[in-house]
Amino acid sequence: MRIALMGDIHSNREAFSACLAHASECGADRYVFLGDYVGYGADPNWVVNRIAELTTEGAIAVAGNHDRAIGIERSRMNAAAGMAIEWTASQLDRTAAEFLSTLPLTIEDEDRLYVHADASRPGDWIYVDETASAAASLGATRQRVTFCGHVHVPMLFGITATQKILSFAPLAGSPVPLLRQRRWLAVVGSVGQPRDRNSAAAYAIYDTSTCEFKSLRVPYDVETAAGKIRAAGLPESLAARLSLGR
Amino acid sequence: MSARPRSRPAIGDEIDGFRVLNCLHVGGMATLWTVERSGSPARYLMKVPRLGEGEDPAAIVSFEMEQMIMPRLSGPHVPKFIAAGDFEVLPYIVMDLVEGVPLSQRLAQLPLRPDEVARIGSQIAIALDDVHRQQVVHLDVKPGNILLCPSGEVVLVDFGLSTHAALPDLMEEEFRLPYGSAPYMAPEQVLGERRDPASDLFALGAVMYHLATDRTPFGDPQRMAGLRRRLWRDPVPPRQLDPDFPPWLQDTILRCLSVDPAERHPTAAQLAFDLSHPQQSVSGDRATKMHADGPFAVFRRRLAAPKSKPPRRSNAVSIASPAPILAVAVDLDEGSATIAASMRMQVARILRTMPQARLACLNVLKIARLTIDTALDDESRNKHVQRLVGLRHWAAELQLDPSRVTFHVLEATAPADAILEYIAANRVDHVILGARAKSIRKSLLGSVSAAVAAQAPCTVTIARSRGTYED
Repeated sequence: MRIALMGDIHSNREAFSACLAHASECGADRYVFLGDYVGYGADPNWVVNRIAELTTEGAIAVAGNHDRAIGIERSRMNAAAGMAIEWTASQLDRTAAEFLSTLPLTIEDEDRLYVHADASRPGDWIYVDETASAAASLGATRQRVTFCGHVHVPMLFGITATQKILSFAPLAGSPVPLLRQRRWLAVVGSVGQPRDRNSAAAYAIYDTSTCEFKSLRVPYDVETAAGKIRAAGLPESLAARLSLGR
Repeated sequence: MSARPRSRPAIGDEIDGFRVLNCLHVGGMATLWTVERSGSPARYLMKVPRLGEGEDPAAIVSFEMEQMIMPRLSGPHVPKFIAAGDFEVLPYIVMDLVEGVPLSQRLAQLPLRPDEVARIGSQIAIALDDVHRQQVVHLDVKPGNILLCPSGEVVLVDFGLSTHAALPDLMEEEFRLPYGSAPYMAPEQVLGERRDPASDLFALGAVMYHLATDRTPFGDPQRMAGLRRRLWRDPVPPRQLDPDFPPWLQDTILRCLSVDPAERHPTAAQLAFDLSHPQQSVSGDRATKMHADGPFAVFRRRLAAPKSKPPRRSNAVSIASPAPILAVAVDLDEGSATIAASMRMQVARILRTMPQARLACLNVLKIARLTIDTALDDESRNKHVQRLVGLRHWAAELQLDPSRVTFHVLEATAPADAILEYIAANRVDHVILGARAKSIRKSLLGSVSAAVAAQAPCTVTIARSRGTYED
């Protein structure tokens, strides 16, 4: 089975639809969404309703901090993110808002764990961006492979034979076998707002028969996505950063 | 994780469809077995790591690396991957049984003649170039891992210490001490750098030194302090051991053994080129020196030697080589002057943007048929020399450092075939040749440039000069 893993879509319809088309061409059999479907971008309803639709066809989705922030306190967000959430809350239709409110923080699927951020305290939205936070997250689950998002930069961590943690920046398009005798944590990167100075949308495919994890980059119509953010009156920084990939 | 895996098979065992025939080798990290698959006469090699109590933990990790890397390698210079076994049952790799003799079996015949060292060395360099282009650094180049095939080609085996640019390096994360073979290991590898293909060139230099002198350039130190010594102590030059040792080969070997990876050949392909074109290699101080450096120079280097891993070189592993071999096929006919000038401009541009690129200038001397005594024929010898002079004249305007450019007159009945053969044999990355815009000769004989463009395994640039109609 080929699982397409997508997270941090952030209301970016252009990036999301480009990734869905790409994954379908790659023969993805299942979609797993790793949270943060809204915030920052201008198409929250389209994105959330598309995900809701896919879940009725077997897709899996967990909640991210932006999804949980709708209608709740958001004191921990920066000004632009907070504004985007206010705006999103005002735009979101009822079915979309209800869908977001039902999403769980974690889902276990065979030997895999899906979570938006760190798995040890999933509601605290801790970034998994270096070996120590990866170790904490891996220590909190018995699942062999954890897939998460939140950081917006693709990264791979593995527990070695002597319980050390290795880290690796996966190259787009090059499959990495997640050796069965070890445990792994993959940060899949962001569909809607990549931050590794590469503007192309990031997602990943995991092949359960070969245990191969492949990080992927998909160029999309950044200009249109940024134009919609400006037209919606959202902060300019949220539009400008898309073409810079940061 | 679950049941303890078995540590080794037994003769007669049937494992995932492979029947174990006999044990070939028991090594420190793995055992090797001949196996066959039912219904097929082919024999394969099965490698099984030693995972029992008290075995080196590196054996597991090294085997994991090899299991990841081998399926990603292909081509004539590596054993073909057939299958891999699950770690939880019996970990193994099955690969083609290579018909070849390990170079280690020739160690009893050392020293080898310099031309034999250069021939074997260039074949190893070609194999390394092939592996490097597949994003892999071998990191354990030594006589035992180099198989000499009946065809003269080399197959590299044992990728247990290797790294792949697109895969995590399990060895680096796991172990503080460097893994490799002490007599041949590059100084940066001693310090823990595992991503630089130049480390393989150093090891090849040490292997060639060993073959040529019957001694290893840095002994066989067993401790870190002894391994580090190669950061400052240069080896005894081969010419000190044998004053008749060819200066060009000493120069090439000592360049491989440079402490700074940036001072070695930029690519294995360029090293192979030097080893197969000895007469054109430039000779200097390194080529002729008869003694190792004095105590003062060594002491200075020792003080300056890095204590830890130096910053990684930016071009350490890259698929598109920043140091390509260019070939330019120059037509020396008077009528082709404008095209020749246009080609020179193209070449100058490429060489300017890639300072490590090197250039081979070719001219094809067309002969009616191949005769056995061509070399003895004065007239053809004069023609040959005249063409060489013409090529040098064509290149003079480029004002290249002599170490970056070589000149070759190819005598052939079919020019396109000669150029294509040269490209293949010398791992040329980019060939530049000219084409007349419109030519009667072309329509009668078929175009050389079209044939090369259609068949060359590399980038091809065809230079034309707009508006010139010749013939």
